[in-house]
Amino acid sequence: MASAEEIARAADRKDIRDRWLLSAPALIIIFVAAIGPLFVMLAYSFMVKGDYGDVKFGTFSLDGWTSVLFERDIFDDTLGLADAHLTILWRSVRLSFYTTVLTLIFGFPTAYFISTRPPKTREVWVFLVTIPFWTNLLIRTFAMQQVIRNEGLVNTALIQLGILDRPLQIMNTDTAILLGMVYVYLPLMVLPLYASMEKLDFRLIEAGYDLYASRWQVLRRIILPLVKPGVIAGSILVFIPSLGAYVIPRVLGGGKNMMLGNLIELQFGAGRNWPLGAAISITLMALVMVALLFYVRNVSRSEAGHG
Amino acid sequence: MAKRPFDIRAQPGFGFVALLTFFALYLPIAALVAYSFNAADSLSRWDGLSLRWFISAWQNSTVQDASIRSLVLAVWAAALSTVVATMAALATTRTPPYPGLTFKYAFINQPLMVPEIVTAVALLIVFSRIKVWTGYSGLGYLVLAHTAFCIPFAYLPIRARLEGMDLKLEQAAADLYANPWRTFRHVTLPLLRPAIIAGFMLAFVISLDDVVITEFVKSGGQDTLPTYMLGQLRRETTPEINAIATVFLALSVLLVTVFFFVNRRKP
Amino acid sequence: MRWKTTALAATLAAFAFTGSAAADGELNIFNWGDYTSPDLIKKFEEKYNVKVTITDYDSNDTALAKVRAGGHGFDIVVPSANYVPIWVKEGLLLEARPDQMENFKNVDERWVNVPWDEGRHYTVPWQWGLTGIGVNTKVYGGDINTSAIWLDPPKELVGKINVAPEMNDVLFATIKYFGGDWCTQDKELLKKVRDKLVEAKPKWLAMDYSVTEKLPAGDYSAVYYWNGAIMRSRIKNPDIKFGYPKEGFPYFMDSVAILKDAKNVDNAKLFMNFIMEPDNAALISAFAKYANGIKGSKEFMPKEMQDAPELVVPPEFEKAGEFLATCEPDVQQLYTRIWTDLQK
Repeated sequence: MASAEEIARAADRKDIRDRWLLSAPALIIIFVAAIGPLFVMLAYSFMVKGDYGDVKFGTFSLDGWTSVLFERDIFDDTLGLADAHLTILWRSVRLSFYTTVLTLIFGFPTAYFISTRPPKTREVWVFLVTIPFWTNLLIRTFAMQQVIRNEGLVNTALIQLGILDRPLQIMNTDTAILLGMVYVYLPLMVLPLYASMEKLDFRLIEAGYDLYASRWQVLRRIILPLVKPGVIAGSILVFIPSLGAYVIPRVLGGGKNMMLGNLIELQFGAGRNWPLGAAISITLMALVMVALLFYVRNVSRSEAGHG
Repeated sequence: MAKRPFDIRAQPGFGFVALLTFFALYLPIAALVAYSFNAADSLSRWDGLSLRWFISAWQNSTVQDASIRSLVLAVWAAALSTVVATMAALATTRTPPYPGLTFKYAFINQPLMVPEIVTAVALLIVFSRIKVWTGYSGLGYLVLAHTAFCIPFAYLPIRARLEGMDLKLEQAAADLYANPWRTFRHVTLPLLRPAIIAGFMLAFVISLDDVVITEFVKSGGQDTLPTYMLGQLRRETTPEINAIATVFLALSVLLVTVFFFVNRRKP
Repeated sequence: MRWKTTALAATLAAFAFTGSAAADGELNIFNWGDYTSPDLIKKFEEKYNVKVTITDYDSNDTALAKVRAGGHGFDIVVPSANYVPIWVKEGLLLEARPDQMENFKNVDERWVNVPWDEGRHYTVPWQWGLTGIGVNTKVYGGDINTSAIWLDPPKELVGKINVAPEMNDVLFATIKYFGGDWCTQDKELLKKVRDKLVEAKPKWLAMDYSVTEKLPAGDYSAVYYWNGAIMRSRIKNPDIKFGYPKEGFPYFMDSVAILKDAKNVDNAKLFMNFIMEPDNAALISAFAKYANGIKGSKEFMPKEMQDAPELVVPPEFEKAGEFLATCEPDVQQLYTRIWTDLQK
């Protein structure tokens, strides 16, 4: 019965072809407006930097790449690790990680709350989550500033209530950056979580309780595994953009300490070292990409294991 | 079925955290709206109630143009990216692994991985060549650039929902001789609806917020509200900006209300 | 397939959205955000029946990168003094010869033979200012005419200082503080500069742009910042005084230039000539609150600006000020590294 097998294989081939066709528009758009231009940047990272920004076209140099990690000391000319870059990288990773965890802590219950509302009102709640984000990022950041300033809402309220006797210095600290990022990236966590929770089959939970599971066990063993894709999607959407955050460190953090986004911006701006800027960005992208692929592969393997 | 002493859907504390989250989300917004009625010149002092900033925003055609341009751009980018992201999500889920699947996944999420300034400079280099060749310098470049970086934001929630949505219903429809389009239209799409809405809203919000890529891609006279605001960062931000934001908010609340009532009327 | 046609038409309509063509001509200005007086533009549009489009940029480097890439469609750009030589060197500016224009006689002699554009063959003054010290005298009553305010701050001011997040301005003042010259490559001196900055940073509260709000409100008690913003702060809060760092402070001047590939050169020249008219120059200053470099514009300016101590440099400090020159690329790289060390 080779023919049946052949038919099945042909159907498979057709299916794969259809799937390529279906994803083609997205792939093409991303190629034209994101990946293609990136090859230009890759090429730029191997060129000699121009005197006043840009690069010297057609030249070749590895300077951009070596100075990502190593630099000649400006004073005694010894080659050492670029600790400024590493410090900035570490700060960015740390703050982005905290942001992801905090958005998850607040976003998970929120998404759960929304998806357990009556079906007709759910979409209204979704809108309510996004409405604050209809106002521009800068305006939102300024508004946040009004809340956490020394004379801001929170401090005034706490002093009036007698809880504090002098204002808490939140502005211009890493805490302010963290608060700002959690605030700004929250919907990026809530919406994917909601999208995967909304279809949660509550009969499974019912069954869990029938088997005398505690509430914690139900959450841990039933709900979490079911909404895992949403958690992953949300974490990706929060973690990666926070790595490149630019406006929030400037406005709320007081701009004293750079994050990666600011460092890269400096190279393309007043620093006039485009090859270095390109090399840092590509390094960052490669790191994130590897981590992500590793993650996705692990997840799909564990899902395959579950059957 | 035995009655339980609690609602099985409820998780202890979740409602409280959710309401707290909503409170925290709206607290800065409340401050923002309040300050749009501020009579003072600055955001850090309260001088009593006044509508002067609404009037001043009304007379400031630069800000109005920029706001409208932002909205138009966000609607286009969100709509386009949601459509292509839905297609891509359908193509990359609920299938045994096939050659190129991981590649596609990485490809579609790529715009997320790259710091904005890099895409911005790269796009500047490529698009300005195209502008010189074609002589066209309209809003199309911005729409294209925004659509590209919005795709992963629309794609991920839709994909998250599709994963784990089983194929039985669609197969049943196919068994009843529904053609693929009808199956999609009447079975898959309604099931996907919440994720599509979530994806669209995300893409919309992301596009509205973008400043760096827009700054580098925009042609003459194409300032959006964020790029206009960028200039104000160095100068003084007056409550006029709050007034504009308040109008935006009022519009969106209106939209939600309409949406709610239209939805309710459906059987 | 009617909906497709409709959608297509809608698309085209949305994309073809360009300004009305009722005017005789057009002029595309590429300027710093929130820097162009709407009244000035309206007056120019009415006088010459030209439709003006303004597009913002937020830094010299962004503007340079965009124009260098081509396909921008701009006619006029307003680079800072230290960038003008780069624009000229890269062949981006048109030699418009404003020095031969009718209104050039109004340009203050002081701004004619400037190092970045000897004899003004390319550019016309837009606005100028300087980076100085603003202090809330209720908090600190000592001498404020020194960079020590933010480099070796008195204890009253520690933790209440804001420094402009501008690499060149900060390094300039610090190099001068140690008696060096701008664009110096003297490693020993630069090491002192870096160590001083790294040591001083923990005593600052922020490196931020929102001075006009936070200085009068008391969030900051001292700033190293642009004079126009400090003047606005003083108008809101009279306790604020302006200081000229005696060790040295940088001047800036933004100048109007025409791009080599401009499409509306005639209108751009009209505009150049137009802004050298004293009453028009006064409009520029009234909006953005910096001095303009045109003789006789003072009397058209708002009262509060005419004798503002922030805008009129006292003679004893005039010598301390210097224009930020364009440093050699190697030097610039060295400075970027110090700046990265400072902000890491």
